[in-house]
Amino acid sequence: MNEPTTLNSSPMYTTPTSMPEEPMPQAQIPKTFVAEMREAEPGDVPVATGPSVVRSFLMAKSSGRVADGAFGGLMLVCALSIFVIVLLIVFVLVNSSKLSIHAFGFKFFTKSVWDPVSGDFGALPFIYGTVVSSLLAVFMAVPLALAVSIFLLDVCPQVLRGPISFLTELLAAIPSVVYGLWGVFVLVPIIRDQVGPLLIKYLGWTGFFADPTFGVGMFTASVILAIMIFPVISSISRDVMRAVPNHQREAALALGATRWEMIRMSVLRNARIGIVGAVILGLGRALGETLAVTMVIGNHPDMLKNLLAPAYTLSSVIANEFTEATGDLYLSALIEIGLALFLVTIVVNAIARLLVWAVTRGNTARAH
Amino acid sequence: MSQLPVRSANFERYLTTRRSVTNGLVTFLAVGATVLVLIPLGAILFYLLYKGFSSLNLAFFTHVPAPVGEEGGGMANAIIGSGVILALASAMGIPFGIGAGVYLAEYGAGSKLAEAVRFTADVLNGVPSIVMGIAAYSLIVAHQHHFSGFAGSVALAIMMVPTVTRTTEEMLATVPSNVREAALGLGIPKWRTVISVSLRTASPGIITGCMLAFARVAGETAPLLFTALGNQFFGVNLNQPMAALPLQIYTYAISPYDEWHRLAWAGALVLIVMIMVSVTLVRIFASRGALKGGN
Repeated sequence: MNEPTTLNSSPMYTTPTSMPEEPMPQAQIPKTFVAEMREAEPGDVPVATGPSVVRSFLMAKSSGRVADGAFGGLMLVCALSIFVIVLLIVFVLVNSSKLSIHAFGFKFFTKSVWDPVSGDFGALPFIYGTVVSSLLAVFMAVPLALAVSIFLLDVCPQVLRGPISFLTELLAAIPSVVYGLWGVFVLVPIIRDQVGPLLIKYLGWTGFFADPTFGVGMFTASVILAIMIFPVISSISRDVMRAVPNHQREAALALGATRWEMIRMSVLRNARIGIVGAVILGLGRALGETLAVTMVIGNHPDMLKNLLAPAYTLSSVIANEFTEATGDLYLSALIEIGLALFLVTIVVNAIARLLVWAVTRGNTARAH
Repeated sequence: MSQLPVRSANFERYLTTRRSVTNGLVTFLAVGATVLVLIPLGAILFYLLYKGFSSLNLAFFTHVPAPVGEEGGGMANAIIGSGVILALASAMGIPFGIGAGVYLAEYGAGSKLAEAVRFTADVLNGVPSIVMGIAAYSLIVAHQHHFSGFAGSVALAIMMVPTVTRTTEEMLATVPSNVREAALGLGIPKWRTVISVSLRTASPGIITGCMLAFARVAGETAPLLFTALGNQFFGVNLNQPMAALPLQIYTYAISPYDEWHRLAWAGALVLIVMIMVSVTLVRIFASRGALKGGN
């Protein structure tokens, strides 16, 4: 948008005396003003005998420049505050985790000991828990999210589209702690008594599911996470799929494709980069999710193949132990975990955003 | 060019059938997935209503938590505490968010800086809430040497900024540029144009954005765990540890007492209803004052 930014400081009214001799282009001055000037006797023209009404009005107006500059500056400060926030977070986290960074170095992330009593800290079990539970959640949520997006975009009758998409977005509005509450009192017993034994019976040979089932554990946490990240993946992949131009769909259908072939060839193929972005965005959400996971994962720093066994994640260890951390090293180790979580989610989110933008932005450019 | 393969009629029929069967199968899967997803939603809402309503009573809204072992008690302090913390967070976060959104839409449109701000806002949006909690802890609590409701507000305010920024920008972008040009053409300074024309026209959408940000942080527990900390007593002193509804739900949910579990369900119901009501009210409000600029 091109705005006439020089409007208030326009010099065109500054020399009214020269007006009768050389009339300015009509478009620039109000008609009445020109007519008034033409009818005026040469002597009537105010020749610098003090500011005229018009001039003082305009001069008062030009004080808008100061206000304009100040307002624009203020808005700029607000915009820059976002950078300041990010830098401040990095600075504060690095600063408070210095002790642990110096003490353990990079080994912090490869050691599997977590012993607050002797002051020996390694974050590997938590990294394992976070990565495994998040990936598992993504594996569960992605097929569902894509299927629902396809359903809502290309299958669903128009009447149901609004309500169903509202309901799926509703899942995003439920706070983490409520998911946790539901997980503890509803999902955990179901997994302990029904789903767990079934998994052991039919998938026990893989080694991923074994006795004993406490209900709390990696698998339960992944299920909760999958439910929580589903709306993120679903709504963004729907946006991306919607950005595929309609003529792509029409072309496929005109060639005699069935609906699935049309979706596969024109929608999914064109939107794939953005869908990957949506999935990564969901992964980012899952990596940082705290409360619901803490409540159902069992909080035990083990690295077991058995998915029904308790585990621990980066965010849960912070949530559980932060207020009870005795000693500066303990606290600084926890803050270093927070720093790692921050950096990882920043990178993951940046990649995801770039991928999503690559699709949606290119499309808006084409649409114009 | 290359010859089309000659296929028998049977083979052609097989291919056609296979295609239509695949199509039907995928359609079925899509419908099935949607139903499957709606089940947990239904289950969560059902349990909230079922368990929440049965344990909700007047005392819940008027009493502070009872000591362990005693019947009754409520979450009056947590409801008030949440309100105070959220009000302060909104007062701090929303102006910055709107300002940044105005910059992106009205001043920096198209510039490299604006791109960078937009990108950073999007990325900041995905930062885990618990990290915000640690940041607020290190910034404020560690220096003051005590937990405070104020630190909690700061953490939540930081979380609100990116959401408000992006929605404000998007809403301002929907304001037709001829409305702006009309105002500028009348000789109105730019800052007045932005405030009285652009922001005014886009205000329903911006309010929706603010409320969405509000709803998002209203249920956050992780940033409050080691900032506001929680409090069993009534208090509105922002310089002290403060109770908040999500915190109280968390504490009660992981406790071993049945009475506290009951209260946790009631608290969750109240929290959800508060969030839903605010979002719905805003939806109504926003649709009533819908943009009438036209293109």
